[in-house]
Amino acid sequence: MRDPALLIPLVGAALLIYLAVLPLFVLVLGSFQVEVAPRQFALTLQNYLAAYASPYTYSTFRNSLVFASGSALLAFALGTTLAWLVERTNTPLRLVFIPIAVVPLILPGVLESIAWIFLLSPKFGYLNVALMSLLGLESAPFNVFSIGGMIWVQAVGQVPLAFLMMVAAFKSMDPSLEESAMMSGAGTWQTLRRVTLRLLMPTSASVLLILLVRSLEAFEIPALIGIPARIFVYTSEIFLAYNEYPPDYGRGAALAIGLLLLSAAGVWLYTRGTRESERFQTVTGKAFRPRQFDLGLWRWAGFGFLALYFVVVVLLPFLVLLWASFLPFFATPNLQALKLLSFDNYNYLFQFAPFSGAMKNSIILAFLSGSVAMLLTSLIAWIVYKSHLPGAWALDFLAFLPVAVPGIVLGMALILLYVAFPLPIYGTIWLLLIAYVTKYLPYGMRAASGSIIQVHRELEEAAAASGASWWQTFKRVTLPLLRPGFVAGWIYIFIVSFREFSTSILLATGESRVLSILLFTMFEQGQVTVVAAIGVVMILTLLTIVAVFYKVSGRVGIQP
Amino acid sequence: MIEVTSLVKTFSDRHSDRVKAVDHVSFKIEEGRFYTLLGPSGCGKTTTLRCIAGLEKPDSGEVEVAGTMVYSSTTGAFVPAYRRAIGMVFQSYAIWPHLTVFENVAFPLRVGKQRYSAEEMRRKVQNALELVELGGLESRMATQLSGGQQQRLALARALVREPQVLLLDEPLSNLDAKLRERMRVELRELQRRLRITTLYVTHDQIEALSMSNVIAVMSAGVIVQEGPPREIYMHPKTQFVAQFIGSTNQLAGRMRGLQGEGACQVETDVGKLSCGMAKDIPVGSEVVVVVRPENVILHTGKPSGVENVVEGKVTTVMFLGEYLDCTIELGRNVVRTHQPHSLQLRRGDAVWVELPSSGCLALSAEELPIAGGIQPDTSDTKNPRLQPD
Repeated sequence: MRDPALLIPLVGAALLIYLAVLPLFVLVLGSFQVEVAPRQFALTLQNYLAAYASPYTYSTFRNSLVFASGSALLAFALGTTLAWLVERTNTPLRLVFIPIAVVPLILPGVLESIAWIFLLSPKFGYLNVALMSLLGLESAPFNVFSIGGMIWVQAVGQVPLAFLMMVAAFKSMDPSLEESAMMSGAGTWQTLRRVTLRLLMPTSASVLLILLVRSLEAFEIPALIGIPARIFVYTSEIFLAYNEYPPDYGRGAALAIGLLLLSAAGVWLYTRGTRESERFQTVTGKAFRPRQFDLGLWRWAGFGFLALYFVVVVLLPFLVLLWASFLPFFATPNLQALKLLSFDNYNYLFQFAPFSGAMKNSIILAFLSGSVAMLLTSLIAWIVYKSHLPGAWALDFLAFLPVAVPGIVLGMALILLYVAFPLPIYGTIWLLLIAYVTKYLPYGMRAASGSIIQVHRELEEAAAASGASWWQTFKRVTLPLLRPGFVAGWIYIFIVSFREFSTSILLATGESRVLSILLFTMFEQGQVTVVAAIGVVMILTLLTIVAVFYKVSGRVGIQP
Repeated sequence: MIEVTSLVKTFSDRHSDRVKAVDHVSFKIEEGRFYTLLGPSGCGKTTTLRCIAGLEKPDSGEVEVAGTMVYSSTTGAFVPAYRRAIGMVFQSYAIWPHLTVFENVAFPLRVGKQRYSAEEMRRKVQNALELVELGGLESRMATQLSGGQQQRLALARALVREPQVLLLDEPLSNLDAKLRERMRVELRELQRRLRITTLYVTHDQIEALSMSNVIAVMSAGVIVQEGPPREIYMHPKTQFVAQFIGSTNQLAGRMRGLQGEGACQVETDVGKLSCGMAKDIPVGSEVVVVVRPENVILHTGKPSGVENVVEGKVTTVMFLGEYLDCTIELGRNVVRTHQPHSLQLRRGDAVWVELPSSGCLALSAEELPIAGGIQPDTSDTKNPRLQPD
């Protein structure tokens, strides 16, 4: 045990510093430099002046603020209402709804934006067309290419997250806190207002904060809807700085630093807030049978709300993509359009070289980043929780760091790093692999540390006493015991890597193009129905791989 | 006054089978009495209480609280929980962490139909807090209180509306042993002083025996015996009650014959025993003779002129401070006894065990439901640490 006990933590720390700290360092450096990889280092403030001294930038900030807070509030309101109806009322069919509410998670942000453009575009959006002919309207009632449209699309994408977090909050609440209100003479609404909602306030603040940070960092909707609508937010501004000719890396870096600070402040507030609210909790460690409110006839209103949400938010985006994927050009669903339906788009795709290339890249990257990230974080988690080395907690912090780095900021930082770096990986999928592994380290850490805490130290000591070396012990005892957490983390990272967009947009070019980027460029070029077909294939691939992995891991006795 | 008539409540379990949690339970609590539902976990006692509170809707039966029919399956009446004149204390106390001590107690006054002036409210809250000796803590956050204080706070909140009846759902089970003992006395004194009709639910026999006017022992959704504490302890009607209340020795046997009013002879492994008998048991049927450990007498020499004497061998002697806990082997049976510590006994000593007929009770043998807390060893009255939960 002598060598690895010191060597392994050092290697882990070095890797983490390389992945999580070095890019940020280069980003900060880059924001103070005149050009990328200069021959001589000369510090300057001109990037910051260009980024923050123009009134134009502040209109972008305002857009960002409205976009992020609007969508966070809307997603929170929708998610909380759904969670309350499902968890705490006698709304009919509420239990069927729980898995349904999570389904939109499988839809990548790029596809979600495209689907909503199909539905709400003022010129050809299906919902607009339908409502116009139904209500006899002269003009389209909705316009997705507006700040309101952006807020809506971003919000419905975040609802599953808000829903899951609020369901957990409702579940962990001692129902006797509500029952005692009823025994004190408070009716359903008074109990809801005076007790339930008040008790949920600390959790609600955390949920709102995390929604706010995620919306601030989001780039899918600002790219696909915002840029055509000429509504620019913080993330799209960074993208444009990189995309103009010649790229203004300095200004981009200075903008990225600002976004990074905002996001880091949000994450810091969030972790502090959750720690506070944990201290505040009244835990009884009892299995709760949650209290159900009798809504009376209102329960049909609740049911109507669930049904409407299901049809509009869950079903329609999938259906519209499926429908469009069989069309040669975008057409309103009617009898004439039925004749146009064909598999042409799919046939085209299979001979379309960029598609197969991007598909291959995406799958390889998703596999590798899931595996590398989980292997690395299992190791780090072992060091943090099992090695008892002084300062091991610092590794935990380092692995958590990327959570505060918005995707586009990470992309910017990696460009600055690898344009100048001696390692020739710029423009290859290996740069994307490094990006994904870095980005998903925090998620891997959470999955790995959750299960490593449960592995008793004596199990490893028994292996050492049986003559196993450190690596043999880790491979044969620790890792198999970590499998449940490993599998769960792997699946999660696979899915999010497969659909990653906001970092890839800056790093994936030509040979290293991935599916989400191919979608974006083809949509910009106007091949909308081919894009829909790619989307359908993408969703099916995701579902198949996840199903296969569940099946395989189930057969070898893993319960993810 | 609370009257429950033929109450039925079923739940569907994981396999969607219906399980009768409460099975035609009927009882009546007279005005101002302290009534306890006692039984192991899962016996239906809490469900019964929740049906009275209005937190569960029964399947059938009738519930009358303070002269109002709050539930009746025949008329279809169901008064919601918040309209019942009931104060309730929960097992977890259910103190709202977002409110101060004052606001926790004021809550029932704020949400009720009746409006109170600020002065009136302050006075009522003050009174309730002083009743439970929490005066002066009004402005504290409720979460800053200790477990015992939270418990009192829950009581003050239940009493502030001056309800007609008080429901207590295992209110002492989250307190440590010392505090629990003190709260038993205080709660009882408070109830006697206020003369409020009280329904108490517990699995702790000591709480039930020391506080109640009447105890109802429940098992598998039915009340198996109802009566004053002394009667329940001294004259258990069934083997279950004998086992559940206090520690009990049991000797299996067969009924030989009657010996006058309420007395009989039982043939057991250790010989013939004269016993008391609560109800007539047919001759020849299988019975169990129950003897409390404190009723067993030990003789170091063979006594003469006494009945029910069996020779045995001491297997363990444990010094428990107040008394010696000895187990004696009688053939294939083992009997536990409590003896004064002046007695000089050692493992392996031969002793004569006297089971006085006044302390022996013959009960029909029954198949007992498997549940925690009915083994004589684990329900040791003197050592709460041995108790389940």
